[in-house]
Amino acid sequence: MNRVHSINLKTVVALSVLFAVLVVLPHFLKYHHQDFLIFLTINILVVVSYRLVTLTGEWSLIHAVMMGVGAYTSAILSKNFDISFWITLPLAGLAAGTMAALLSYPLFRMTQFYFLIGSFAAGEAIRLCWIQFIQPFGGSGGISGIPSPELLNIDFLEPIPYFYLALIIVSVCIFLLYRIENSRIGLTLHAVHWKGVLAESVGVNTWNYRSLAFIIGSLFVGLAGALKVHYIGTVAPKQFDIGFMVFILIWVVVGGYRTIYGGIVGAVVLSILNELFREIDQLRPAIYGATLIIFILYLPGGMESIPQKIRSLRQMRQRKMT
Amino acid sequence: MMPILEVKNLIKQFGGLIAVNDVSFEVNDGDIHGLIGPNGAGKSTTFKIVAGFMSPTEGDVLFHNSSIKGQKPSTIATLGIARTFQETTLFQELSVFNNILIGVHKEARTDIFSALLGLDHEKQQAASEATTQVIEFMGLSDRQNQLAAELPLGYQRILAISIALASKPSLLLMDEPFAGMNPEETRHMMELTRKVRETGITIVLVEHNMNAIMGLCDRLTVLNFGTVLDDGTPEQVRNNPDVIQAYLGGS
Repeated sequence: MNRVHSINLKTVVALSVLFAVLVVLPHFLKYHHQDFLIFLTINILVVVSYRLVTLTGEWSLIHAVMMGVGAYTSAILSKNFDISFWITLPLAGLAAGTMAALLSYPLFRMTQFYFLIGSFAAGEAIRLCWIQFIQPFGGSGGISGIPSPELLNIDFLEPIPYFYLALIIVSVCIFLLYRIENSRIGLTLHAVHWKGVLAESVGVNTWNYRSLAFIIGSLFVGLAGALKVHYIGTVAPKQFDIGFMVFILIWVVVGGYRTIYGGIVGAVVLSILNELFREIDQLRPAIYGATLIIFILYLPGGMESIPQKIRSLRQMRQRKMT
Repeated sequence: MMPILEVKNLIKQFGGLIAVNDVSFEVNDGDIHGLIGPNGAGKSTTFKIVAGFMSPTEGDVLFHNSSIKGQKPSTIATLGIARTFQETTLFQELSVFNNILIGVHKEARTDIFSALLGLDHEKQQAASEATTQVIEFMGLSDRQNQLAAELPLGYQRILAISIALASKPSLLLMDEPFAGMNPEETRHMMELTRKVRETGITIVLVEHNMNAIMGLCDRLTVLNFGTVLDDGTPEQVRNNPDVIQAYLGGS
């Protein structure tokens, strides 16, 4: 491949420092901030897995529900059938992936706007099933008393151990997603996005690749869903409604969708903002909305385009000087 | 000689309009075959049907003696028919190298586990080498790291053909490759087309540029109002009074 794959020393150092900071960080935080850190870690996996779907150029509205599919799978299996978290976690991913594979048949007959609406309808249909079928989904109240993971004698009810668990799982998942994006498959997904007909003309079955991206994205967000509900101990349809989906979209738009770190930055910055404005609770939706509008108007490339902007400003200034 | 492509009694109807009406012709292996005719003659429709981007109302298309009618474009591409597009349809945001690399799909396609574990490394290496070969063959070496969108028009056309070539076709369909080109670019493109044919690839051209067509093609099929008006060498076609009338009009 033409792209530079070798991981240079700088990246290694930067990643090690980041990890060191993340490992010590929770010890300096208050209890509810530790909670916040866990949810943020899980939400990062949500945006990064959503990236695989948007890579093919389709923006779906079903990602939050796919997270719920994983969450419900893991909750029911561990609570009703007494299966260990370490087994239900991969099964949660598998369930969400399978659901995505089934939905590929109707959904990928549509493109663009129709796909967006179709994915929303399919998602709502699934979510309403959770509300309507009290057995086994528990209705709108959902399921509570989901057991937390067991390993050695670690108490995963405490936030710090659970944060480490989430950090490890999310890091591994992001690494895998990164590898997929930088492989031949990632290149083909780009091709499907930018010029589907041209990709078809050299033998790319665009349908296969669109559904592959959807399945893998759903699989990883299913893991995120399981990770979330085993920490809070309850799962309910409300957690995966369109409101949450809109948050995912806002993170991606504000952060930027051209690179893998754009969405991460968006999720981190906006979640921290959200946390800072906890005192003025009524204003938070307005602040979120205003942020989104400002970004769309003045920085459509998202936060990831800021370094590029600064660089070109600097070049312009240098040119003026000479 | 065995025909590589046979179009048999092709009919395409759009509602009440018959765009292609009982068109049959053969393309010989190794030829440069021109498909010409005035606007609205049904050239593009025929072209799209052969490439699988449209399915015919009736009739059949045989490639290497087996029917490819109604197959998906990606399947047809895998069988060995590549096409270029009328406009400069490229992966504008990607480099020249990556554009062509995408063209090497048949050999380089991989599954998710090989991609994750890096088991396809040799395969991807081979794909890169195949890409470099195409780049050198087409004379794009100096520009391989440029973005497709930044290329001048002439080079964008060359890149479009390079992408098609990377898929290792035995038949290359070119949709108006000379449109909008200046004489210099046209000459360069004609040279390249001949060079591609010398590697054993059969070429079918849809084109308006008569100089290019007459200079390049071994055989021509002339369409008019959805039917075949004439079929033969450029010499024969040029001297056919019906063809002259169709192009110049009058009665």
